[in-house]
Parts: sequence; C-alpha cells; structure tokens
Amino acid sequence: MAANTVFELRNVGKVYKADKEADFEALRDINLEIYEGEIFGIIGMSGAGKSTLVRTLNRLEDVTSGEVNFYGENLAEMNGARLRQARQSISMIFQNFNLLTQKTVLENVMLPLKIAGVKKSKRKEIALEMLQVVGLADKAKAYPLQLSGGQRQRVAIARALTNNPKVLLCDEATSALDPKMTEEILNLLQEINRTRKLTVVIITHEMSVVEKICDRVAILDDGNLAEIGKVTDIFTKPTSRAAKTLVFPNGIEDMINPFDRGHGLKRLVRIAFDGTSCNEPFIASLVEETGKKVNILSANTKSVNGIGYGQMVLELPEDETDQQIVLSYFTGKGLSVVEVEEDD
Amino acid sequence: MTEYIQQAILNGIIETLQMTFFSSIFAYIIGLPIGVILYLTSRGHLYENPVVNAVIGFLVNVFRSLPFLILLVLFIPVTRWIVGSSIGTTASIVPLTIGTIPIVARMVESSLNEVSAGIIEAANSMAAKPWFIVVHFIIPEAIPSLLLGGAINVATVLGYSAMAGVIGGGGLGALALQYGYYRYQKDVLWVTVGILIIMVMIIQEAGIILSKRVRR
Repeated sequence: MAANTVFELRNVGKVYKADKEADFEALRDINLEIYEGEIFGIIGMSGAGKSTLVRTLNRLEDVTSGEVNFYGENLAEMNGARLRQARQSISMIFQNFNLLTQKTVLENVMLPLKIAGVKKSKRKEIALEMLQVVGLADKAKAYPLQLSGGQRQRVAIARALTNNPKVLLCDEATSALDPKMTEEILNLLQEINRTRKLTVVIITHEMSVVEKICDRVAILDDGNLAEIGKVTDIFTKPTSRAAKTLVFPNGIEDMINPFDRGHGLKRLVRIAFDGTSCNEPFIASLVEETGKKVNILSANTKSVNGIGYGQMVLELPEDETDQQIVLSYFTGKGLSVVEVEEDD
Repeated sequence: MTEYIQQAILNGIIETLQMTFFSSIFAYIIGLPIGVILYLTSRGHLYENPVVNAVIGFLVNVFRSLPFLILLVLFIPVTRWIVGSSIGTTASIVPLTIGTIPIVARMVESSLNEVSAGIIEAANSMAAKPWFIVVHFIIPEAIPSLLLGGAINVATVLGYSAMAGVIGGGGLGALALQYGYYRYQKDVLWVTVGILIIMVMIIQEAGIILSKRVRR
C-alpha cells in the first residue's frame, strides 16, 4: 500500500507485573502497520489483549518491549509535552463514553479545546460545529445522562473530533449499544473516515462490526497476532484458528448438518465467493455444464462493506475424476476452494 | 422555663451555629486539599506516591482515632496560643476544626474515588495535564458526592460542638450540661437535645436536597 504509515508496531510486548501471582503477558511480539485513511479493525475474544493494544497507540499503556511508532516517532521516547502534542492528534472514544455527567454536552465537547488552549469564543464555535457533524446540535445544553447511549457516543465522537485529529481510536465503541444504534455509530464513523480523511482504529469483539466498516483487520488471540489482512480475505479464507472461530462462531461442524450428509464419508470443500461471483447461480451452472452434482451441506452469505460475501460447504461426488471436474470448474470461475477437514 | 433560660437557649443556638459554621469552613479549607492529596497519591492514581500517602494517611488515622473529648483537652495549649484563651465559643473552633479535618479528608478521598477511572483515562487521552484533570474532570464529577459528604461532616461538627461545652465552650452543649446535667433541670436538657436533633436533620436534608439539585 502506498499510503503513509500512521502507526508502526515492532515486536510489541506487554507484561503486567503481579505482586504475588505469575506475571501476565497481555501482548506478545505484535508487528503491524496501520495506514493513513483506512479503517483498521482489531478483533479478538475478551481477554485477547485488544484493549491493551489500542492503549499502546496513545501510550495510555506503556509497552514493556518493542516499539510503537506514530508517524515514525517512537511514542516511548517522547517527553511529556511531546506526548501531549501527539495525543492531540490521536483521539479516543470508549465503550462507556466517559463523558462528564456534571457538564453539558457543549461543555464536554469544548473540553479538549480548553486543554489545547483555544480561546473561549472559538471553543464554542468549533464545538457547535462538531455537534452539527454528529447531528446533535439541538442537544448542546442537555446533560449526557439525559441522552440515549447512541447519542452519548455521538457526543463522545464530537468531542474526539474537536482538535482535528489524525486518528480516532475506538475502544469497543459500539459494544454497549443496541444493533440499531450500533449501525448509526458505524455509519457515522465511516462517514467521518471518508469526509475528514481520518484514520480509524476499531477495537471490537463483534465480527459484524469488522465486516461492516473495516478495510483491514488484525485478529488477536491470547496476546498474539493470529492473522492480519484485508477483511475480505480473512472472511473468505481464514487460516488461523482464531480467525475461523470468529468467522464461524460455532465452528465449521456447526455449519454442517449431519442429517444432510450422504451415506459414507465423502470429500468436503468449502467455497468462498466474493461480490463478483455472488450473483451467479454457479451450482446450477455446474450441473448444466458438467452434469456433475454436489450436495450443499450449508451456505451462508454476508454483506461486507456493502458487497456480498459467502461460504458454502459442499460434499463432492464419490468418484475422484468427478471431484476433479467439479473442483476445476469452481477454480475456473474464480472461486476459492478450501478443503474441509473433519476436525476443522 | 424562665425568661433567663429562654434567652440562654437562644444564645446557645447562635453560638452553636457559629461554632459549626466556622469550624466546618476551616476544616474544609485544610481537609479538602488533604483529601485530594490522599486520593492523588494513592495506588493507581495520578501522583501515586506510597510514602506521602502512608505518612498523611497515618496522621489522619491518628487524629481520627483520638476521642474528641481527649483531643479537646490535648489541644488546650494550641488553642490558647492561637486564640489567646481556651474557653468560649471562639476558642472551641480550634479543636473542632482540628478534630474535623481528618474526617473531611477521608470523606473527600472517598468521594473522589467514586469518579470512574474511565473519565480520567479519557482526560489523559485528550492530553490534559494532571492538575487540569483534577480541577476540570475529577472534582466537578465528584461534586454531588462531595456535597452529601459535606452534610454528614457539618452534622458531625454540630455534635462535636456540643461536647466542647465540657471544657468551657459555649453553645447548646454547654447549656445542656450545666443546666440539664449539673442542676437537674431536665426540661432544659430535653429542649436543647430537641433543638440539636432538629438542627442535624435540617443540615442533613439540606445536603441531600443540594446534592440532588446539582446532580445531572
């Protein structure tokens, strides 16, 4: 990718020293890059280290080994003043919004500007403008606890945007919200990403969030970087165990209904199709063109970034030549075919 | 009740209010910063410092565990040095203040502890300096709780002020002691006690109402 690198993590490790118990290794040898203008997802089960990882990006957590570079500058080597300067361009929103309950929406949104030393009249002007961006200009005088969860997160987003940051870190920003509000917030983040050229880093445990708006994703598993890549690639061809667990939350076995199986053990393949082939009735074409039949054990399609992606688990014919004909037909169509092992 | 006693009760009320008011103010002027320091130097907070925290915490605990009556007597020389006399309403304010400071400090510390860590994390992510975080994030968020704690503290001072009567302080406590206890005038005793109860209730209710009004 030709874009500028915003964050570069090199061999990042984090160990929490415990007094009596064994030390806890939250992150192990993480290497990754986050590019300018992208929406980068970090996904993992709870306890996988995602929250720690995102906090190393603005040094709310210090790393114990390796380095985190922000536009080529090691965060660990910054002094207090330089770090605060960097933090002005790295905004953050949280699962619990972390708004001041005793201050009005407007006062909340004005706070980062006050910290940055902006004049009072200018503060109000910018804050009102940001509330306009998130669609809450009419709530300026309200208090956070009078608002819904989705509205509170939008206030937090307005607050995060006031200093015109380069990056927005979202720590489980939609996890406390219902699906409808989640949708609203994700749309807003996507819009901000596009219109303001803002790099967005999203921490989540929900695959649906990643599917909906992320360009690339890193999968964390027990402190390790299990897999990283374009969301579409990981969704269609997950290779790590952690990725598979996230793409098929109940395991591949769950996708295969045992009652649908033909007698005897036959070869199973998983076909992943992306937006281009999704609309084509390729199973029907297979039968028409080759005369060979397959048994569909399960199928599942999803919309990722507005494009249809899906998987299908197929049982191939018994005859090996027939199997070859079917497989080459699919590969000829540009579909990705992955062998399914029974214990997958 | 004679007119003389009635006048004495009226004076007692005024003296009690004076003692309570000034002692509470002075106790907060000194106790609030101590509470803030206790909070800030405790583990995991902005100016974590185990030594400072342990020393201040120890002093606070020592003064808190001294029975107030003992503290009254112990601090007579200090009172005499500050006020010039050890008896009377003004003199009582010194031990009352000293006795209330540690209570205020602990109350403030616990109110500040109620502020969620997330708020402080957000402040840090916004590049706020530690002192800015204290003044613009932590204290404003703790105000409803500080007010509730304040009402409890003022009611405590009021109770203590009654004790000051024993060593020559003024107020309703002295009245109850002198007329009610030493002279067996039970009516004076019960009237003063009744007035004290009403005063405590008013303070407590006012605190609750105020706290509710500012809580958003």
